[in-house]
Amino acid sequence: MTGLAAPPSRPRRPSRLRRPARLRRSPRPVPTPGSPPVAPADRFRLTDLLGEATADIGSRPGRLVMTILGTVLGVTALVATIGLAQTAAAQIARQFDADAVTQLVVTPRTASTGGGTTVAATALPWDAVPRLERLAGIESAALLAEVPLPDAVVTTVPVNDPSQPPSAPPPVYAASGELLDTLGGQLSTGRFFDAGHDRRADRVAVLGARVADRLGVVRVDTQPSVFIDGVDYAVVGVLASVDARAELLGAVVLPTGTARADFGLPAPGDAQARIAVGAGPQLRTQAALALAPDDPDSLEVAAPDGRSELGRDVQADVNEVFVVLSVIVLLAGGVGIANVTTLSVVERVGEIGLRRAVGATGRQIAGQFVAESVVVGLLGGLIGAALGVFAVLGVSVVRDWTPVVDPRIALGGALLGAVVGLVAGFLPARRAARIEPVDALRGGT
Amino acid sequence: MTAGPPAPVADPVTEPTAVAVPAIELRDVTRSFPGPPEVQALKGVSLSVADGEYVSVTGPSGSGKSTMLNVLGLLDRPTVGEYRLGGVLTGALDEDERAALRARHLGFVFQAFHLMSRRSVLENVLLPMLYNGTPRAEREPRAREALERVGLGHRIDFLPGTLSGGERQRVAVARAVASRPRVLLADEPTGNLDQATSAGIMALFEELHTGGLTLVVITHDADVARRASRRIRLTDGRVGEAA
Repeated sequence: MTGLAAPPSRPRRPSRLRRPARLRRSPRPVPTPGSPPVAPADRFRLTDLLGEATADIGSRPGRLVMTILGTVLGVTALVATIGLAQTAAAQIARQFDADAVTQLVVTPRTASTGGGTTVAATALPWDAVPRLERLAGIESAALLAEVPLPDAVVTTVPVNDPSQPPSAPPPVYAASGELLDTLGGQLSTGRFFDAGHDRRADRVAVLGARVADRLGVVRVDTQPSVFIDGVDYAVVGVLASVDARAELLGAVVLPTGTARADFGLPAPGDAQARIAVGAGPQLRTQAALALAPDDPDSLEVAAPDGRSELGRDVQADVNEVFVVLSVIVLLAGGVGIANVTTLSVVERVGEIGLRRAVGATGRQIAGQFVAESVVVGLLGGLIGAALGVFAVLGVSVVRDWTPVVDPRIALGGALLGAVVGLVAGFLPARRAARIEPVDALRGGT
Repeated sequence: MTAGPPAPVADPVTEPTAVAVPAIELRDVTRSFPGPPEVQALKGVSLSVADGEYVSVTGPSGSGKSTMLNVLGLLDRPTVGEYRLGGVLTGALDEDERAALRARHLGFVFQAFHLMSRRSVLENVLLPMLYNGTPRAEREPRAREALERVGLGHRIDFLPGTLSGGERQRVAVARAVASRPRVLLADEPTGNLDQATSAGIMALFEELHTGGLTLVVITHDADVARRASRRIRLTDGRVGEAA
């Protein structure tokens, strides 16, 4: 129903709601004398828009559920995928942090001799611990060395019982008193020896859990002893766990001073240090310089990479397949919203006509439908984000992980729903804006 | 953006003759629809309705009644001719300005009521005031007042679906007058109502007329037409005053 000579101007783009018309329309006829200008009667503010857009939303719960279902599923999948990736990454990073990332080990380089054996090219100094502890980033340091006693007999009784079947003796290690703290080990009973034992070369020993088990030592308050080649050492403690050097659980550990005095230990085997997270790259060079300033290349320093490198590797491990699937589901959700909004436009032709008749502009009509689909999309996004977070929580509980979800992901998921609604509402809104009131009012409601 | 009843447009500067400006003035209005075949629904119609008049427009089907209402209601544009609403020449206005003019000067009552079925009676009556510049604080009191006036003060929280036809049309009338228009345009307001209910609506119209409102009622019902103070008959797109 458009005229020939004066077709009604088409409703303009629905994207701007509030700009007065005359600012944009350039050549317009000068008002005839006797025809006062028409002031725009525009009080339809954002609050009115939101009020009108939300008034109908809850009136058909069934349809609302079907409308937002796709968006809910898409956002849920997206938030859960990213959240689980973050949780897993945090889990991995935490394990790295716990042992490898904070452990630094300095060992002498080895060189091959002519006879086919390898010998250490240099020796670590006995004062390696205070030298290392002076470096920034070192939280604790300790010496560790294996005492070469291939044929030693280790028993808990002073006599050699010939009727016992011969068994391989446990290796004997020498360590400084800081070892337990440095390696983050745990004792099941007793205590670790300290610097005093070390300095006095006291004959004390700490048993690894497996050795203690084999030798039948379960408690230290009965003052048990182990005999190494007939010499007795008082057992002061039993190691329960040492994650970084698990082999110590199968060994007898003596103070370094004792090992030097009794067995002539020539030099520390390696220096262990617990370092601040991220200090690895820098300490790699500093530790070698501190321990062998004349020839730092003779030492090998094993230190972890910085946290950022690790973090980047782990963060990148989001399951791309799931992200793509989530986005596809989200697109389907957008199509769902677009369909229902279109249906709603068709159903409410009479209402649109009425609103136009009582003074709504095409842009206000379009704005209302866009706002409706944005609100629907936002609702779907909010529900989806919540479900996604719950999914991450559920998986974390089952796997005994610590759930980690960046709040920006949850918030972003909800906003993504709104964006889907915005895009989905655009075409139906344009259609609504183009409805001619005359045509719309002809039908009944 | 003033609230309240539209200011009188008769301004000595723009109207040197100082004659009261008619509420509605059609001058040689023709509205034709492109065919084929081309149809001229209005053929050179001239009509002037003064402020406060109560005019009925009758005519058989196809005589151009609805086209005339659409033109008067700024829902359609004349192909040829001039239409002034409250002194404003409407031909040169763009769609937004026409919408603003509708919002400020016109109230509509339709045969099919056109109430929003999921919104309460009060919300339905509030609707035009969203668009015509009524300050927020004044909207609800005015809507309640209008509903009281049509005798539905006790129904404000009902949904339209729970009301009778006559009550629904009264809601529509309340909606039309709550925004305080200069002219009330009614298109077959009693077309969906029985005789007794129609009489109630017509009585309401008379009451509004007595209160100073300009009414143009389009109807094919001779009884309804007779209630108006001035009767116009449309025949084949041409206007003639009925006795």
